[in-house]
Parts: sequence; structure tokens; C-alpha cells
Amino acid sequence: MGVIHYREIEGRSAGFWGLVGLLAAFVAAGLTAAWFMEHIGHIITGMTNQVVWGLPHVFAVFLIVAASGALNVASIASVFGKVAYKPLARLSGLLAVALLIGGLAILVLDLGRPDRLVVAMTHYNFRSIFAWNIFLYTGFVAVTGFYLWVMMERRLNGYTRMVGTVAFLWRLILTTGTGSIFGFLVARQPYDEAIMAPMFIVMSFAFGLAIFLLVLMAACKGTGRPLGDATVMRLKNLLGVFAAGVLYFLLAFHITKLYEAEFRGAEAFLLLNGGIYTFLFWFGAVFLGGLLPMLLFWLPQTRRSRVAVGWGSASVVVGGLALMYDIIIGGQAWPLSIFPGMHVSSSFYDGVVNFYAPSLPECALGLGGSALALLLILLALKLLPFLPESLVDESVEPHSAAAGTSTAPGAA
Amino acid sequence: MRNSALPQIACDQDRRRFFGIAGAVALALAPGVSLIAYAQSDAPTSAAASAKTRWGLLIDTTQCKPSCTACVTACSSYNGWKNEGRPTDPQWIRKVQVSDPSTGFSRSVPVMCQHCANAPCVEVCPTGASFKRADGIVLVDRHICIGCRYCMMACPYKARSFVSENLSGQKPWAPRGKGTVEGCTLCVPRVDAGKVPACVEACAREGNGAMTFGDLNDPASPIRRALAHHPAVQLRADLMLDTGVRYEGL
Repeated sequence: MGVIHYREIEGRSAGFWGLVGLLAAFVAAGLTAAWFMEHIGHIITGMTNQVVWGLPHVFAVFLIVAASGALNVASIASVFGKVAYKPLARLSGLLAVALLIGGLAILVLDLGRPDRLVVAMTHYNFRSIFAWNIFLYTGFVAVTGFYLWVMMERRLNGYTRMVGTVAFLWRLILTTGTGSIFGFLVARQPYDEAIMAPMFIVMSFAFGLAIFLLVLMAACKGTGRPLGDATVMRLKNLLGVFAAGVLYFLLAFHITKLYEAEFRGAEAFLLLNGGIYTFLFWFGAVFLGGLLPMLLFWLPQTRRSRVAVGWGSASVVVGGLALMYDIIIGGQAWPLSIFPGMHVSSSFYDGVVNFYAPSLPECALGLGGSALALLLILLALKLLPFLPESLVDESVEPHSAAAGTSTAPGAA
Repeated sequence: MRNSALPQIACDQDRRRFFGIAGAVALALAPGVSLIAYAQSDAPTSAAASAKTRWGLLIDTTQCKPSCTACVTACSSYNGWKNEGRPTDPQWIRKVQVSDPSTGFSRSVPVMCQHCANAPCVEVCPTGASFKRADGIVLVDRHICIGCRYCMMACPYKARSFVSENLSGQKPWAPRGKGTVEGCTLCVPRVDAGKVPACVEACAREGNGAMTFGDLNDPASPIRRALAHHPAVQLRADLMLDTGVRYEGL
């Protein structure tokens, strides 16, 4: 591999500013929604005392999980020494930070008292995985920011492997923490499994890489920079393996649940007769999130197609959101088992499947946070040299000699 | 004349200063005095909760009438929450109708915060707003609750509610606020004043006296004596939460 030249994107076209304007409009809509939610209260959302975490959490957890996964490309280059991934490492770090900030913004603005964020920063209960996550999330931004600096500052390049290893371990612990938020909920039958932590890690591999591929292809196409087949096909094959990995973990998770009699009611609900949740699991998570991408990536008719790679990656993202909705909302829709084996009823919706329909402010907040992540990526690409000038196969071919880096100063 | 007038002027100035200071002091103290007046009926008898005591509740479900909601009404009235039938409305205590599908055996059971010794809500709360007093009463500190609702996800008894809209007319002894989580406090101001919780009092007055409140650590207390002689269960005992609320006849 020869010297990699990184350069800022030009960012002067009407298309660029149009995209910035569109994303900013979504961010503004999200902030407006948050303002209404804070001033009027969560009464304007679809959330209730039965379903306490709604659509904003679906987007937030998805983005946070995807953020740690987006760092994988950099980790493969720095930690595992695969030079073919090295030109993509900066973009990988950028996506990780931006996606995490987008997810955290949603999470914070969905709090009942977002004005008390400083309380969350000054009062800690270290038995709470949530409290640990506050450190893990902010620490991830700091570590990945430092990692990016080390990668971009030639004099510090020698520390890339060391800092990259810290960032890699940090992201594994972070996603363990995110999965454990649900895995630790012993009272709720759809959760309460230690396997949720590693399952979330594999989910992060898939979601993060799918978003990475989409951003990479869009950025190269939008700026006219060449992107070789070798890079796309390598990443595509990896994404296919990750999608299969998610399916494997879902299988192991649900088989474990089905083996235990106490969970069979909840499993029947989620997998067989749960209406929207059953649909989202089988069509969303399993088909769109796993089977369709694998078919698109590996069928002889589509395996060399860039369009198929794009659709397959988008399918992983949509399937991932469906899976997150299924886990977070579906898990709360199933009623608590306070009196196991008994029929129960009350004025507080005991014993019934809980209803939830997301409201417009929730959609606006969720999309606003996602738009914030994309906006940060777009502006960062204009301001700093994250993207290589060329990713043609010859420039990223791993059989060549040791890699070097150089940064072309200034925008083109 | 001149000499005799001076002390008079000085006296007037002193009086004005006195009334001025007195007025300022009165203005400063008024809110505090009002609060004391509000809380006078439930004034605490001791400054701090003691770990020597473990407050608990025994509910004899054989004595609880399905049609009776005296405990719910009393809790709502004392603590100032209202259930208007919406899924967003709080319910600090509720009556759950329980029946065995295979035998038809049925009971009506009041369910509220179980004041667990190993409370999941306390464990998961990131800021420590969800906390357990030394005497076992589980509470929410509304000043540091950020409204994340993780405690609601973790509670096995669905005992907590989230305030989804602006409130008015809160009771001074039961602070509540939009954007925070709340639940049964075991009527902590009443308990600290040496009284029983409002639900227990109402059950004795209007129901069959199905609720017994007392110190689980005191072998001589009625609740402890009853537990020693009658079988009682904890809800979701498999979770090993060591609940402060026990049920007889289930």
C-alpha cells in the first residue's frame, strides 16, 4: 500500500448545503419536540406508566450500539494490523463519536428532567449500570477523540496501536454496559439474560458497519472520489458475517428462553402472537436485518453489485431498528408477572398486553438525534481530513509494503 | 425644650428600626412557619430513621373485600395523586384481582411498593435518587431524580409512576413534580409522627382491618407475632428481594 492522502471534502456545492440544511431542519424539529416534551410533559408522547421507554430510546440505544460498532474498522486496522482497513480508520473513529453524540442527545432530551443533567454528573450510584454508562459514554468520546488525534498527527502515529487497543477494549465494555441495561432487568421476562451483553456487541458490529458502508459509499460518490471494489467487497463480506452473527445470537437467546417454562408466555407473545412485535421480529430483525442482506451480499446474481451492497447495508439498519423496537417496546408490552400462573386484572393494566403508539414528538426527537449524528459527520468531513482522496484498489492493496500517511493541507 | 425633644426623636427612630427589623424577620420566617403549620399534624418524633426498626405491612387477603377500595382512596387523598383512568395517571396503590385459572380460587390484593430490603429500583438508579431509609422505607428524592425511568423498568411490582404533566395542589408533605418518578412512601410523615399509613387506617375504619403495620424487627409487635403464627408470602419471593410487605392467604 502506498502513501494515503487524506483531504477535506470540498463542501461548496448546492447539494452539500442542501443536505446540511435538511439535516439541520431535522435537528431543529428534534429540539422543538424536546422543548415541548419538557414544558408540557411526557403526556404528549405515547409513553405511559406501562411503556416507560418509547421510540426515543429505540433510536438512542440503536445509535449508541452502532457507535461502538462503527469503530470496528479502525480497530481492525490498528489493533489487528490489517493494513487494508487503515485508510478507513479515521472515518471509522469519526462515525463512532458522531453516532454516540446523536444517541446521547436523544437519551438526555428524553429524560423527565433534562435540566438536571448536572445532577447525573455529580451524583453517582455505582451499583447502577446506568451510572457506569455515563462514564463509559463520555469516556468513549474522549478516548476515540484522542485516538483520532493520534491517527491524524504524524508525530503521534507511533501510539496508534496502543491507543487503538484502549479504544477497542473501551468499546467492548461500553456495549457490554448497554446490553446489561436490559440483561440486568430480572423482573421482566423478555429480558433477564446475561447473553444480552454479548448479543448487543455483535449487534453493534453489524449496525455500525452497515452505517459505515453507507456513509463511505455516499461520501465517495458525493465527492467523486474513487472507491475500489476490493474495499467495498471486503467490508460487505464482513457485514454479512456480522448479520449472520446477530441471527445466531437471537437464536441462542430465544432458545434459552423457550427452554425455561416461566418465559414461554413472553416468548409466545414475541415470536408467535404479538402482532406488530412478532412482525418486527420475523420480518424486521430476521429477514431485513439478517437474511436479505446475506442474500444480497452472497447470491451469485448480486454479489458483485454496489447497489446490492447499498441496499443490503440499508436493510441491516432498518432491521436493526426493528430489532431494537422489538426488544425495548415489545419487552415492556408484555405484562409483569407479579403473581406467576394466576390470572390478574386491575385498574393499572395488570395482566394485559400494554399498548404503545409513538407520537410525533417522539419521532421528531429520534430522527433529530440521528440527523445530528449525520450533520456532525458531514461538517467534520468538510473541516478536517478524514476521507482519503482515493480508495482505488491499488492504493489500499494489502500486499504492498508498510503503509505511510500524509495529509494534504487545506481544502481542495 | 430642645433637650427634652431629643430623646423623643431617638425613641421614635428606635421604634421604627425595631418594627423594620421585626417586619423583615417576620417576612423571612413566614414561609418556614407556614410549612411547620402545614406539617404540624404529622410532625416527626425523631430526627433520623433507625436501622433497629424495619417497617413492614402484613395484608390478610382473606379479609380484603374485592369491592372495597378504602386503602386506595385514602392513599390518593392523603398523598394528593389522582387516577382518572388514563394510562399516564399515577397509582401508588391498586387493587389487583387475582384468580387461579385451574381452580377458580380468587383474591383481591392491594399492591403497592413492597419496600424491599434488596430493592432493584435502588440498585439501578444512576443518581441515588431512589433510596432506602435505615428503617426500610424506600423513597424517591425528587431533588435528584432525573426522570430516566430505569427504576420503573426494574421494579417487579409496577409500583412506580412517572409524572407526565404539570401538577397543582400538591400536598406539602407529599412532594410531587412533573418529570420525576414517584410511588408509595408508606406515608412516611405519618410513620415518623408515630401514626400508621393512611391505607392501614382506612382499612381498619372502612374495611375489614386486613392490614397490619408495624416493626418487623420487634418480636413483640403485632405484625411480627402474626407472621410468627400464620403463613405469609412475599410477592415474587423467587427474586429474594426481602420485601417489607407480606401477604397472608395467597
